[in-house]
Amino acid sequence: MELHQLTIHELQEKIKEGKTSAEQIAESVFQRIDAVEKRVHSYIRLMKDEAMAVADKADKDIKKGDIKALTGIPIALKDIVCTKGISTTCGSHILHNFVPPYDATVVEKLRDAGAVFVGKANMDEFAMGSSTETSYFGPTRNPWDLERIPGGSSGGSATAVAADECIASIGSDTGGSIRQPAALCGIVGLKPTYGRVSRFGLVAFASSLDQIGPFTKDVEDCAIMMNVLAGYDPRESTSVRAEIPDYRQFVGHDIKGWKVGIPKEYFVEGIDPEVNSAIQKTITVLEKSGAKIVEISLPHTQYCLAVYYIIAPAEASSNLARYDGVKYGFRSPDSGDLLDMYKKTRMQGFGAEVKRRIMIGTYALSAGYYDAYYKKASQVRSLIKRDFEEAWKKCDVILTPTTPTPAFKIGEKTDNPLQMYLSDVFTISSNLAGIPGISVPCGFTSDGLPIGVQFLAGHFEEGKLIQIASAYEKNAKIEKRRPKL
Amino acid sequence: MKLSSQEVEYVAHLARLEITDKEKDKLTAQLNDILLYIDKLNELDTKGVEPMSHAIAVTNAFREDNIVDSIGTEKSLANAPDARGEFFRVPKVID
Repeated sequence: MELHQLTIHELQEKIKEGKTSAEQIAESVFQRIDAVEKRVHSYIRLMKDEAMAVADKADKDIKKGDIKALTGIPIALKDIVCTKGISTTCGSHILHNFVPPYDATVVEKLRDAGAVFVGKANMDEFAMGSSTETSYFGPTRNPWDLERIPGGSSGGSATAVAADECIASIGSDTGGSIRQPAALCGIVGLKPTYGRVSRFGLVAFASSLDQIGPFTKDVEDCAIMMNVLAGYDPRESTSVRAEIPDYRQFVGHDIKGWKVGIPKEYFVEGIDPEVNSAIQKTITVLEKSGAKIVEISLPHTQYCLAVYYIIAPAEASSNLARYDGVKYGFRSPDSGDLLDMYKKTRMQGFGAEVKRRIMIGTYALSAGYYDAYYKKASQVRSLIKRDFEEAWKKCDVILTPTTPTPAFKIGEKTDNPLQMYLSDVFTISSNLAGIPGISVPCGFTSDGLPIGVQFLAGHFEEGKLIQIASAYEKNAKIEKRRPKL
Repeated sequence: MKLSSQEVEYVAHLARLEITDKEKDKLTAQLNDILLYIDKLNELDTKGVEPMSHAIAVTNAFREDNIVDSIGTEKSLANAPDARGEFFRVPKVID
């Protein structure tokens, strides 16, 4: 095995035993990037010089015995988290030249834990998309089949891990943007509870839904990353002062007697037969591991997508009002007065999907329509949240497919926004309810495309997700494959 | 059709977006498709249901009113497309 193929915990052991150095690990990752990046396009920007300097410092710390949670571990950051002095584009022309004067809280935390930042990962523009095709900087390709999309919006963060162009990465999830690409790229992705990880320095898309989380090669690494990311932040008003457990303690335990809820509304139409069969096998593995399978009902499931496509664009239209060519980013060079400058800047600076969502959101919030759309959607959102509260009376965790189908072809859904939105149909409910969700690899299609299973739990129960995902990972013995690149 | 082409133009103005005629036609069709789908919500009786504004129970997040360092003018203006002195510079607002 090459160093870039290893997990965080495997590398940490090698570091502690003196068998490798941070410099060797970073070199291995950048060699891998040189070999595959042209085909995959995981990154908008690489940070090699900074990475090698941080690795050098890490090696000095290691010699002194000062080894932190992520010392010497190469990490990729979705280009939506602010990095001081390093451009943060959000995959958009309108922010192509934006250089933040500060670090996001998660960036600070990772830096303090000794992480080596590899680069800024590609994404759908302003995280609006499910395929990473809407990036101003061009699409990212799925390492398992370069003709296919990697999922989105955190596509580059997912492929960087799947193609071994980093060891772990950071993404953000507003309606599935971590879990969906994790499933389609065959890796682990966790969306924490709303409020668990600080959003300070995360470029806002839909503020009541956005949450930052990790992509990793296995469940233990996910726990290691969560130990660094989680926690209260006085700079973020929705960040929660709740106790943070050591997530690693949930790894390697059994799930005997756990009740796993299967929501019948998630197994209706449109699920690919191979995805369905992989999920049925997953259920069998869990039963053999001592879990009890219970059928549950989340009766408002069919309304989640409609609620999401009011709430998210409404919040986005408000959040994206700040891109006006005045304070940062792109300004149209060929404009007349101030109003004309705003309109031309936004016309030329935003891509089609972003404009579409700004339009839906602006319409939904405009005079006379607020009650019919935003208020109605927020009421149904309450009903969706209640569905989950009822479900927790019957089960400990909920199991669903992460996505209805495996990765689709590049260009297949770009002209049909509604079809594209449907690829998030199983992940959106947890953002609306604010609960955590994890996607774990659970097999491959006959064409060799990865399939993911999603587990959901109650607020602040990421530990449960890590425990069941870890038990499943151990007992399922899913064949270890790497994409042929 | 829930949204006419003129309404799309008006919403674009509210959103401060200039759109071409071609974009307007495409957006009108796509937004109508999406709004038609969203109409699904009207199947549900939500009378008396409290609208949900927060995913978790959050209370006001107050902190002590201590003076801390801020980013400062120079750094705040560093990303501006046009700035002069201590100000963001914009095209003229009125004739």
